[in-house]
Order: sequence, then C-alpha cells, then structure tokens
Amino acid sequence: MIRFILLQNRQGKTRLAKYYVPLEDSEKHKVEYEVHRLVVNRDPKFTNFVEVTRFRTHKVIYRRYAGLFFSICVDITDNELAYLECIHLFVEILDHFFSNVCELDLVFNFHKVYLILDEFILAGELQETSKKAIIERMGELEKLE
Amino acid sequence: MDLAINPFSSGTRLRDMIRSIRACKTAAEERAVVRRECAAIRAAISEGDQDYRHRNMAKLMFIHMLGYPTHFGQMECLKLIAAAGFPEKRIGYLGLMLLLDERQEVLMLVTNSLKQDLNHSNQFIVGLALCALGNICSAEMARDLAPEVERLLQNRDPNTKKKAALCSIRIVRKVPDLAENFMSAAASLLKEKHHGVLISAVQLCTELCKASDEALEYLRKNCLEGLVRVLRDVSNSSYAPEYDIGGITDPFLHIRVLKLMRTLGQGDADCSEYINDILAQVATKTESNKNAGNAILYECVETIMGIEATSGLRVLAINILGRFLSNRDNNIRYVALNMLMKAIAVDTQAVQRHRATILECVKDADVSIRKRALELVYLLVNDTNAKPLTKELVDYLEVSDQDFKEDLTAKICSIVEKFSQDKLWYLDQMFRVLSLAGNYVKDDVWHALIVLMSNASELQGYSVRSLYKTLQACGEQESLVRVAVWCIGEYGEMLVNNISMLDMEEPITVTESDAVDAVEVTLKRYSADVTTRAMCLVSLLKLSSRFPPTSERIKEIVAQNKGNTVLELQQRSIEFSSIIQRHQSIKSSLLERMPVLDEANYLVKRAASTQATVSSVKSAPAVTPGGPLKLPNGVAKPPAAPLADLLDLSSDDAPVTTSAPATAPKDFLQDLLGIGLTDSSPTGGAPSTSTDLLMDLLSIGSSPVQNGPPTSNVNLPGIAETKSAPVSPQVVDLLDGLSSSTSIPDENAAYPTITAFQSATLRITFSFKKQPGKPQETTISASFTNLATTTFTDFVFQAAVPKFIQLRLDPASSSTLPAGGNGSVTQSLTVTNNQHGQKPLAMRIRMSYKVNGEDRLEQGQISNFPAGL
Repeated sequence: MIRFILLQNRQGKTRLAKYYVPLEDSEKHKVEYEVHRLVVNRDPKFTNFVEVTRFRTHKVIYRRYAGLFFSICVDITDNELAYLECIHLFVEILDHFFSNVCELDLVFNFHKVYLILDEFILAGELQETSKKAIIERMGELEKLE
Repeated sequence: MDLAINPFSSGTRLRDMIRSIRACKTAAEERAVVRRECAAIRAAISEGDQDYRHRNMAKLMFIHMLGYPTHFGQMECLKLIAAAGFPEKRIGYLGLMLLLDERQEVLMLVTNSLKQDLNHSNQFIVGLALCALGNICSAEMARDLAPEVERLLQNRDPNTKKKAALCSIRIVRKVPDLAENFMSAAASLLKEKHHGVLISAVQLCTELCKASDEALEYLRKNCLEGLVRVLRDVSNSSYAPEYDIGGITDPFLHIRVLKLMRTLGQGDADCSEYINDILAQVATKTESNKNAGNAILYECVETIMGIEATSGLRVLAINILGRFLSNRDNNIRYVALNMLMKAIAVDTQAVQRHRATILECVKDADVSIRKRALELVYLLVNDTNAKPLTKELVDYLEVSDQDFKEDLTAKICSIVEKFSQDKLWYLDQMFRVLSLAGNYVKDDVWHALIVLMSNASELQGYSVRSLYKTLQACGEQESLVRVAVWCIGEYGEMLVNNISMLDMEEPITVTESDAVDAVEVTLKRYSADVTTRAMCLVSLLKLSSRFPPTSERIKEIVAQNKGNTVLELQQRSIEFSSIIQRHQSIKSSLLERMPVLDEANYLVKRAASTQATVSSVKSAPAVTPGGPLKLPNGVAKPPAAPLADLLDLSSDDAPVTTSAPATAPKDFLQDLLGIGLTDSSPTGGAPSTSTDLLMDLLSIGSSPVQNGPPTSNVNLPGIAETKSAPVSPQVVDLLDGLSSSTSIPDENAAYPTITAFQSATLRITFSFKKQPGKPQETTISASFTNLATTTFTDFVFQAAVPKFIQLRLDPASSSTLPAGGNGSVTQSLTVTNNQHGQKPLAMRIRMSYKVNGEDRLEQGQISNFPAGL
C-alpha cells in the first residue's frame, strides 16, 4: 500500500503531497524534509529505492524528472519496480494533460494535479492503469466546471 | 511592505495570489502576503460570501501546502460539500482530503453529506464522494457508509465500480469485521473486462484475504479460475496501445494478480498446483529487457517462493534471481538481493552459490544495495564460511563510509560472537573491529569481550599486548580504549614481562612507565568521556600495585583529578590517592586481579537485557568490571555486590566472634587498624559489634577477590593454617604440616578442600562437590575434628547464609567428638547460590557442645570459599 506521494523540486519545495495514512502536520513536514534529503544527493546510477530509517517498515521509491523528484513511500514488501513504473505512468499522464508539463504548470494548477492523482490512485492503491482513460475522465470533469 | 498598494482582497484570483507569493524575495515577505490573504479569506468566510467560496478554498489549499495553519477553513469545506453544484463539491472534497484527516472530529459532520452524495444520481458526484471516503474515512464512517459502498460495487458505471472497490479496501482496513460483506461482490467483479475495475477488484480481494480467513477460503474456491484466466488473457494479449508499457500489456494488472495468487496459494497445495502452469508461463515468457518485464518477473518469483510450488518452478525462480544479480542495472540487483533473502528459506545452497557476488554488493557505492547485501550476507554465514566472510567484512570496515559503519559493525560483532570456534580468532576479530570502528561497538559487545578475556587465562597476555599496540595506533576509538585500559590495569605485568607468549607473537618491549604513559595519555585525551576516564583511574590504581616503582608518579596523575568538576572522577581521585598514600600494606591485596567473570551467567543476563540499557541496575553486577561507574560511594574496589551481601550477613543477630577464619590478607587489615585480633582465642569471645562490622567491611575487599584465579587456590588451606601455629612464620612448613595432619582426600579436583574453621580446640574442614548441570548447587561435606584432650558431647553445628543462598543441613554422623583428633564427625550441607557467578558463597557458623557437662559455644564466619561456587 502507498503511504504517501510527494512531488518536490530540487530545493525541497513540496509541489504535491498526498498522504494515505494520517499524520500530524509537523510529522508531514519532517517526512518531506527527510525524503528530500535522502533523494536529492543520490547518484543517478544508484538504485531508485531508499530505505527510510525513521520508519523501518517502509521504503521510498523515487524518480527524478528534470528538477522534480517524484517519491512514493510504500510497504517494505511491495514491488519496487512496479512502483517505479507507476511513477513514470503518472508523469506521462501529467505530461499529456498539460502538454509538456513543467514545474510551473504544477504550481499554478496544483488542484488539477490532485484531481488527476485521485483518478490514478485511491486509498493507497492503483485505480486505473490506462493513460487514455484518465485523460478522458479529466476531460469530462473539466466540462462540468 | 506598503499597505496602500496591497493588491490583495478576497477578489484576487488564485493565479494572482500564487504569482505574488512566488514573487516574494524573503520568507518575511511571504509570511506577510499569506497573513493578509488569510485575513481576507477569514473575512469573506464570516461575511458568508457565496460567490468566491470555492476560489477562497483553493487559495487556502495552496497556503496549506506552503505549511501555514488553515484550521479556520475546515468548516468552509463542509459547507462547500453540502452545496448543490459540482464545482463547489469538487473543491470542497479536495479541501476535505487536504486540510483534514480521519482523526479530526469535524469529519463526523461530513458523514451525512457523504451519504447523500453516494446516493446521488450524478455519477461524477458519486465518484467525488467515493474518492474522499476512500482516502480519509475513519472507522465510524466506514461502519456507517459500508452499505452504500457495497451497493455501488454493483453499479453499471465502471468508474464508480472501481472507486467503490478501492473504497471498500479502506473500509475493510478500518473495520476488518466487514470483510465478509464484500467477498461475493469482489469475486464477481473479477469477471469484468475493464482493466481499472479488474485491478481494483484484485486489490480488494487481496485485502479481504488479509482481513478474514473466511474470505480467504471463499476466494480460494470462487475466484482462482477467474484469476488464472485474467492473467492468461493479459499475458497472451497482442499489442494494446492503451495499456502498453515497454511492450507489455498492463504490467500493473499482471503484478496485482500474481500477488493475489501468492496470498491464495500460500500453504494450500491444491491452489498452488492449479496456478503452477500459468506461473511457469509467465516466468519463461516475460521479456526481461525492460523494467516493466522485470517487475513482473520479480513478482512472479516472489509468488513462486511464497506458494507450495514444484521444485522445477523453484529452480526457474532461482535462476531468474541469478540473472537479476548479474544485471548491470542497480535497481534489478537491489530487488534480486531482496528476493534472495526470501529464497534462503527455500534453497540455501542455491543462494550460497551467489555468495561472492553478494559480498561484492556489500561494497557497492549505493547504500541501499549495501544494506540489502549486508542483511543477506548475515543470513548466509555458517560455521564453514564464517572466517573468510568475517575477514572480508572486517577488511571492508576499514574503507566503508561513516554512515554504514554502524550497521556493518553490529553485524560483524554478531557474526563473530555467534560463530567463533576458537577464542583466539574471536579476540583477533574483535580487536580489529574495535580498532577500526570502536566508536560504533555497542557496550554489551565489549563487555562480553572482557568477560571472555577474564575466562581465557592463557590468552590474557596476548590480549593485553595486542590491545596495547592497538591503543597506540587508534586511541580515538572509545570502546577500544576502554577495553585496552581495563586490560592494562588487570594484566599489566603480562604486558611488561611478555608473559604467556603465543608462538606466532613477536615479543614487544614495554616498560612499566610505558604502560602508565599509555593510560595517562588516554586519561588526558580531550575526547575521552567520563566512563573512560573513570576506567583509566582504576587502571592506574591497579598499575600502582603491579609496578611499585611507578607508584609515586601514578599518585601524582591520580591527584590531578582531585579538583575535577565531575563528581565521579573527583571522588575516585580522592579515594584512590588515599589508598596509594596511606594504605600501602593493604594495597596489593586490595588491587588483586578481578575474579574470573562467569561467562554463562553474563550471556544469560545479556540476552535478558538486550534492550535495557547497560547501565541499568539489573545488569550492573555483571558489567561491574567493565563499567566501574556503578560503584557505591566509599568503596574503592569493584566488587560492590559482595559488600551488600556481607553486610546483610552481619546484620543477622548472631554476633561474629574473633575466631573467624581469618585469611592472611585479613590479618593485614586487622593489624593495620590496630585491632588486636591476631591471636585466635580458643573460645568464642564476644567483641563489640562495631568491630565486627569493621572487620566485615574490610574483609570484603579481600575475601572473594583474593582467591583470584583458581590456580592460586591451593595455597589457601595453608594460609588458613597460620592460625593454628602462629609461632611458625613459614607457609611452606605449614603446608607440610597440613598434608601430614589432615587426611582428607581431595575428591573434587575442581574445588580444593578448605579449612573452614580452626580454633585451639576445634577444626572444621569443608570439601565440595557439584552435580553436573547444576552450577548453583554445591554439596559441602563438613568434617569436625576435636583437637582438645577432652571429648565433646552434644555437639551441634549451625550455619547461617545470606538471603540469596539456600541452605539444607543433613544430620551429623554423630553428636560426640572424640578427643585428640581421633576420628571425626561428618555432616553434609547443601547450598544453592541463587546468584551464582555474581556473588560468592558466604556463611556464618556456630558450634555448641559440652565439655565435661559444661556448655561451650564457638562462632565463625567463612569467607574463603573457593571461587566459582
């Protein structure tokens, strides 16, 4: 199960934070700080997985796209490679939706990013695996606005 | 900032607010902007502004993301959710998920709105409600709304169905009792074609299996066939652009199905057999040149390891891992290591074959791989490969980076302790670890090392010399320093005189003052902590007795700490100085070597208190030699425990008599203090209790410690004999006398017979026997001999012991003691020492008898029991 998803830039500014487990605000900030610290300095040749010392039973799967880090915290028994693929699919969906996504799109349309994520992942589990289906669904939702 | 040009009001657009926040150059500026914006939003909320409600909420969410408090917006969320329009609801639910979580009580207020929205005719609104419920519902809400969600599982719209299925996962996680309500609906969803519904349903089934055994059984019966079909369809399907990832159709669905198969097949041979073929197909046919394919293979291997797979399938799985391990991609190597840990349980030999590769991974640049590999190597160690593997790991310890040293050190220490077959190897490895990463060695590890050295008398010389050399090179490693200082104090003379050299050892020249230098340098090192310094002081004190010529210098070094601001060091310094200065005659006996520490006992203790801190009172007796900090005030020597015991003993109402079996060192004490007790009066006198206490106190330092290593015990009977022939100063003669006058055979070689009591009229000897397997229990056979010229009648022997010892007295062989040593009476005692290994035996005895009808009474205390009873 996914514990949380973070989208951070290289400076550590959080652009998206979705928690599927309840955490205090102060804990959230600590987690965001720590995840950023863990992933930002890793060599690109290294694995995309880091074990978080703070909570031994979880690990963070991250992937870097230009200056943005997408990090997913999952149970220690979950399939790391699958979540890596999952991050990529999410990025493709964003890219498609914003047509050539950049960090600023995510800043100004943060609420839309959350909506896309809610169509992709729900209750910490994968909801839809088709990029096309999600984009179509977003189109329908946009029409209702 | 100039308020006059404030561009903000509740009318500013979201985009403008974000822009102005981004334009802020300092944190203070940003705070000011946010403060003003929040004030405007608050005002709008209290005015009940309708038009910009959802815009305000969107702003508030952005402010929340920046980390500012936004509690005042929570109620506004609820209002938005209760509004009729989709745009309001949409932003309201988004705000709900972002600003609130399941622990807030406000959330309860939304239950009713959620219920209405779940029953809404608009599928998009139903979708919003399901999404919110799935992401943040609490146990109460789960109970209240479960029927609605259950109903929605049968909805026509696939989007609603998949959301309802995932929402059910959350409900079941919160309230596992509800699992059975969902199982039939979940199983029927597996017949769908829509991938979103399928993957949601598969995940729901997995969750249900976790929550309830009944559901697990139900799904084993009802959905296995469907699952196999889903997996076959998806893996055989031709190119499907919508789901294609790296040439594979929907790897996510593959993986989720494989995971559910693992849950169903675990411990169930029939299920396992049923899925055997499809697993073999996936394992052989999946392309492994892309990440997506490898993800599927990885999951497939895990499933094969998890179920009751055939051996052929397992071989296939292990081979896949072997391929993974040699992959150049670090991610793949990482998951291979991860999976090999699980494979160990299935096939250790197969994993052992990859040992060399795994060992290389321990040295990888990537900490994630290193961690996994280290865990794996730890599991791979066995008796045959422990030595080479340890060598590799220790070698790597030298170059590994600081962050990793802690993990690595802990694992090495654990391996060394678990697999050491000979002590020399253990010592060598530990010394290397201490010198390379002494700062990371846990206290219990080096305590165990000291216990071992204390037991390995043949290696003490080697140890102290090695440690001395290492200390010169690596004085910064705290644990190393402590162990070295302790050893130099205890075995200093072995260091200087190259005693008990091993064959492979090269002799080193260390003078007495070199040894003192080493400890002094350590004591004065700026980074040494209090414990280390305290140990240095004890070590110096001991050296002052081992090397009398350095005594003057040591006195000066010790005295330098008299003004130390740390009370512990100050106290030690003052006490030790006075021992060196004023108590020359007792010093050598006071500073004898520590008695051998009980290894078995320490290990038991350690296992019991692995989690407890080493300084806890409970483990204090065991670690006393290592951590002398726990000494009570006023005692200059480590054996703190005997003190308490003996005081306890002397608080018994039986008064101590002068005829206590004084061992030689005790005599020194008595002499020193001018207590005229040197001659043993034949009958029991009745000295004042205050003297008794003093005697007890002073004998403490000597009695258990004096015995020292078991080898020196043979002298003890002779020393005790001093009493009976005070005229003769030579122990040698006395020993002769002893062997001629006593005919008690030494039946138990391990424990020498002792003369427990000796007066002009009566002699008592104890010999000891232990039952194998009962280290705590000792059978003492006491033998009483009448040395006087008249027969003793009505002879009664009584004994008292401290609370931690249990005593059983058997009847004596006779109550009459013939005169002149013609035959003796025997009586056997069984003592059980409940603190065996920590506290020595101690006993108070009283003998009453009649001589010519006249009552006589003699009393004594026995504290010269051999060590280890």
